[in-house]
Amino acid sequence: MALLEIQDLQIDFGNDSSAVRAVDGVSFDVEAGETVGMVGESGCGKSASALAIARLLPSPPARYAGGSIHLAGCDVLSLPPRGLRRLRGRIVSYVFQEPASCLNPVMRIGRQIRESLRLHRPEADSDAEVVSLLHRVGIASPERRLRDYPHHLSGGMQQRVMIAMALASEPQLLVADEPTTALDVTIQAQILDRLRSIQRESAMSLLLISHNLLLVAQMADRVVVMYAGQVVETGPARHVLRQPFHPYTRCLHDSIPRLGSDQSRLRAIPGQVPQPGHFPSGCRFHPRCPIVQPDCSRTVPPLVDAEPGRQVRCPYALALSPPDPSP
Amino acid sequence: MNLLEIDQLHVHYPVHSDRWGGPRAWVRAVDGLSLTIPAGETLGLVGESGCGKTTLGRAILRLVPITSGRIRFAHEDLVRLRGRDLRQRRRQFQMIFQDPMGSLNPRLTIGQIVGEPLSIHRLVSGRSARRRRIAGLLQSVGLNPDDSERYPHEFSGGQRQRIGIARALAVEPRLLVCDEPVSALDVSVQAQIINLLQDLQRAHGLTYLFITHDLAVVEHISHRLLVMYLGRMAELGPTRQVCRTPQHPYTQTLLAAVPAPDAPGRPPRSVISGDIPSPIHPPSGCPFHPRCPRAEPRCREEIPAPRLVAPGHWAACHRAESAP
Repeated sequence: MALLEIQDLQIDFGNDSSAVRAVDGVSFDVEAGETVGMVGESGCGKSASALAIARLLPSPPARYAGGSIHLAGCDVLSLPPRGLRRLRGRIVSYVFQEPASCLNPVMRIGRQIRESLRLHRPEADSDAEVVSLLHRVGIASPERRLRDYPHHLSGGMQQRVMIAMALASEPQLLVADEPTTALDVTIQAQILDRLRSIQRESAMSLLLISHNLLLVAQMADRVVVMYAGQVVETGPARHVLRQPFHPYTRCLHDSIPRLGSDQSRLRAIPGQVPQPGHFPSGCRFHPRCPIVQPDCSRTVPPLVDAEPGRQVRCPYALALSPPDPSP
Repeated sequence: MNLLEIDQLHVHYPVHSDRWGGPRAWVRAVDGLSLTIPAGETLGLVGESGCGKTTLGRAILRLVPITSGRIRFAHEDLVRLRGRDLRQRRRQFQMIFQDPMGSLNPRLTIGQIVGEPLSIHRLVSGRSARRRRIAGLLQSVGLNPDDSERYPHEFSGGQRQRIGIARALAVEPRLLVCDEPVSALDVSVQAQIINLLQDLQRAHGLTYLFITHDLAVVEHISHRLLVMYLGRMAELGPTRQVCRTPQHPYTQTLLAAVPAPDAPGRPPRSVISGDIPSPIHPPSGCPFHPRCPRAEPRCREEIPAPRLVAPGHWAACHRAESAP
């Protein structure tokens, strides 16, 4: 059994009368020790799905309208508050995009990390443990950093502190929601490198959420591509990137400028990214799809197996545009 | 012909006032930069936060005070211009901003937003001529002219960026400074805006200074590429040449840090350690030496002058090989 199993998750936002479904039937698994990348654009439901794993969405306005989440054998959506507290931190912890807004600005970072230790691993609550955590996330001379306040640190350093806090509880699953989007590329490379080696050393599972398809493909074993509240494609990262099946993944893949390519014009996807409450009928990608068929606007295609380990939400993906074998 | 010539430009900001309100320290945001942009060219400008790329863009538009140096636009010294002369010249250079929502007045309709520069520079007379001009501008950036009565919040991010572009084009500028124009947009919409900017360049013979942190975007759109680090030029040259055979260790680092899982023939990923130093206390000598994998003793003492490494290709590194 996988460490995390999400089945047909549905999340609504807003009052009953004007509720908007932001996540609509999302299913995916994360195995122990695996890195899963989740890709999608604004409003596709990737962050809402990620926050739901530890039931972190405030309710109201959010409402878990259906489906199930099983994490380390617990049924998350029916856990009492006590059970949730045991789950948060010890089983799953989070790293978010803006480290500056997550750290307490008036608390020295040593104390902030010890707070996490005291809650989740009281036996290891010591400055020595904080130093070893800071060392693991790549902070130079950590002893001297314990008494720094967050504003003494650069954005990259702050994000390392956030990761150290998340690791303090030795979680089985780390959810990183756009962990490097606010950082410069050289710092992004450092942090991703650290995350990868920490994940390997500790056999922790990692759910990496990003808008950057190339970054996710580089980090993850498997990817989950989301569009308009639904999963449109899943599969091994290398295969999905080399040979995307779903028209959305293909278009996204073709529209990204890449280093070293010679194309003179980018293949843009027409139209706009749909926002929750305004998702199109039928297949939600149909207004922008290059291979759209007459019935695409009427029937919602199911997520079906295309290959072992790969699923696609498009009945025409393989029939109408045979994947070209070139890399 | 060079549309823009910058010679030894310095832009320093005072920070940390002392107890009498005088400056205690200076940020050397742009520190002795020289470059030229020929008419019709796109110069890409990349660098990380604090490298001075935004300040350079703003200095060219005379939006920030210039400490010293010369900026010549179409052979005319911009630094000396004041008041009405400056306002008149500003017609020729416009800016596109990163955050399309933050740079559009939420209480004006998009017709008013695009029409405002027309009124300021008195470019059209008569209401019907004005309406026709606004409709034409909206159409040229791919918006529906019938939407001119709607407000910015009714549009998506990509469409708002189109409004910003239409506003910049209203005065028929020759130079557009684009400061991270696609960074705030969704990935699937970025390509639309990049293609639009390229089409407009071809149609109107525009010159672009394209500022971004995204190397893949800048490689795609620009003819020449300038890499900045802590207010100084690290490398400048034809884009393809800089990206294929980078001569400055910083450019090499930047290129290696771009995620690209299946790019053929690219050097192994090397992750450099260390943070970007503060521009208030830049390191001595070469600003990159504390992070440089190839630093030698003289890098700590001497600031490297840009040297020609190939025709049109400059690198500011002591260890770069000069062209014969």
